Amino acid sequence: MKSGLHRTTSAPPRANVVSRVPDGCACENERVAPSSTTPQAPVRLLLGEEELLVERAVERILAAQRAQDAAAESHRQRVSELTPPELAELVSPSLFSSARVIVLEGAQDTNAELAAAITGFAKLPADGVVLVVAHSGGGRSKAGKELPGALRKLGAEVVECAKVTKPADREKFVRDEVRRVRGSIDGEAVATLIDAVGTDLRELAAAASQLVADTGGNVDAAAVRRYHNGKAEVTGFAVAEKAVTGDRAGALEALRWAMNLGVPHVLVADALADAVRTVARVSAAGGSDPNRLASELGMPPWKARKALRQARGWHSSGLAAALHATADVNADVKGVAASAAYALERAVDRIVVARGTRH
Amino acid sequence: MTNRTGVWVDLVGQTEAVAELSAAASAAAGGTGGMTHAWLFTGPPGSGRSVVARSFAAALQCTEGEGCGECSGCHTAIAGTHADVHIVEPEGLSIPVAQMRSLVQLAARRPSAGHWQVVIISDADRLTEGAANALLKAVEEPPDRTVFLLCAPSDHPDDVSVTIRSRCRVINLRTPPAEAIAEVLTNRDGIDPETASWAGSVCGGHIGRARRLAKDPEVRERRESVLRIPGSLRRPADVFACVDQLVGAAESEASSMSAARDDAEKAALRTAMGAGGSGKGTAAAERSAKSAERDLEKRQKSRATRAQRDSLDLALVDLAGFYRDVLATKATGAHVTLNHPDRARDSATLAGQLSAASALRRIEAILDCREAIELNVKPRIAVEAMLTTLQRG
Repeated sequence: MKSGLHRTTSAPPRANVVSRVPDGCACENERVAPSSTTPQAPVRLLLGEEELLVERAVERILAAQRAQDAAAESHRQRVSELTPPELAELVSPSLFSSARVIVLEGAQDTNAELAAAITGFAKLPADGVVLVVAHSGGGRSKAGKELPGALRKLGAEVVECAKVTKPADREKFVRDEVRRVRGSIDGEAVATLIDAVGTDLRELAAAASQLVADTGGNVDAAAVRRYHNGKAEVTGFAVAEKAVTGDRAGALEALRWAMNLGVPHVLVADALADAVRTVARVSAAGGSDPNRLASELGMPPWKARKALRQARGWHSSGLAAALHATADVNADVKGVAASAAYALERAVDRIVVARGTRH
Repeated sequence: MTNRTGVWVDLVGQTEAVAELSAAASAAAGGTGGMTHAWLFTGPPGSGRSVVARSFAAALQCTEGEGCGECSGCHTAIAGTHADVHIVEPEGLSIPVAQMRSLVQLAARRPSAGHWQVVIISDADRLTEGAANALLKAVEEPPDRTVFLLCAPSDHPDDVSVTIRSRCRVINLRTPPAEAIAEVLTNRDGIDPETASWAGSVCGGHIGRARRLAKDPEVRERRESVLRIPGSLRRPADVFACVDQLVGAAESEASSMSAARDDAEKAALRTAMGAGGSGKGTAAAERSAKSAERDLEKRQKSRATRAQRDSLDLALVDLAGFYRDVLATKATGAHVTLNHPDRARDSATLAGQLSAASALRRIEAILDCREAIELNVKPRIAVEAMLTTLQRG
């Protein structure tokens, strides 16, 4: 009875909706599953951990809904703080407000009962109510893991919000961001910006739009350098890679950056140990076929290939000294040395010196 | 070994200590001089420090004489259930000062059932500085019928503070001889004499380890694989195979131990926190159960780390013992008791190849590795560095 009444008052003019989605909220990085083209799918599944993309998807859904009905309400709830009856109350249509968007955050933490309630709504949706389920893609419990599959099967519209991990994807994101605010950027500037700002999409998006606003549209490397400099992210692996290839200056510079950025000393020490161990194992095993080495030593082929390249210039006595240096620094960063930063610098130096020794 | 009767039956190869303690016990029973109010038992791991402490407590609490081993006083004191015997056995890394303060209060009372109020601190080397100081006054001048029994690996200031040590009568336990251990294994645990004498000769004087070696084929296999390492380190690539073997065995041992206990503990905790309940209020109960469960997981993880380290340490001690044999064979021409007599041929072979200095360097590398692991260095990294030295010299 209730829902029948609701339907008569708020049947939306569907054809109009798509064109009225505000431009500013679209994000080219989200790949909408082709199976669901109707924007009115009552259940939307935001799959992935990238907060910025999740937030934008929610904004876009909300804007679409507001475009139909300016009075559309929205509710945000963490799934871990929700019980099935509360969910039932949220999604049941009310007499007064026509449209509603319910956002359930952290759906991977759901328990079995709540998952049943969510899929129950997906089976029998109420008109004018859009349920947005943000799910990290993982989940500890069985119910949490199975929820995305169940919703997909019930025809939920899936928006991928996975973390951007590949450098190429990140560059594309920056380019898209610049284009979105009607600017243009060249390849070198993209690389410089990512170097300086880091990998956080939110910060990259903010920096990109700010740069476009500051430069008037054409962003080049010089403009990026004018506003941003330095390095935002240096990992222990970058330090270790330079150290085992004998690049003392580069390794020490990267190490200083890493220390300035607050990379934990222990991580750098572990990365050094891992790099030296990999080189030692590859050079001890002998041979030059990376695929054979990879299967023999149980490491991915790319790692074996890289280690083979790095192993040039190392001798067994030097490797022994380097292994001792990494073991010493591992104790140093865990409280033996008075200054962990100095201990790391000395270890880098010892590794570079060890690379030069041969007997 | 003839005087091992009554409560002293569990003490292996400690004739002098037993003589002194039983004299003190009869002095205490007779009311003559010769009893002391604070004792410190020192000796290497496995020599039976806490067994001595309990036996002495039993001799003091004996209702029939001076340690008959039959009466209820002896039984309960040895089992640790006697009302007037307080045993402090630290489960954590150290004994906190608060625990010692309450213990001092307890020690000031008169015995309720037995003759003496006995306080046993089984790992006195784990007393923090504050805890040791809190104990000082009570150890110096205890009430009439109170006895303090402290156990520590040695009376070195690193183990026991000098102020505590100077207030105690020190009883030194020696490493029990191999024959005595073999005898105990045969008589008490019913192990056949041949296995028992082998286990006694390779256990390094640790009675508990001897029993495990005699009874558990897995422990034997583990020791064999560790002692094969020195002979198998030929090429640099062997180092990494041996690292995998050493660290992998320690990891799997720890994980098999935790697999056996963790799930049962977790299930017990869940039941205690009311899991599986339905109805009003279960959601809130479940949330607090979650946090208790996380606490338990943390404790289990640290226990597993500890188990892994202990198992690795055992392997390293065996390895160090082997190189010590090499050094001893080299220096003396094999006229000393070896740590691993069943591996005499291997150590003699290696003694022919290594110089004394390089054998010593290897022993040092092993000891450094033990120290590094204690300092939280990742076991794999420390063991790699050590095996590199063992391979190269």
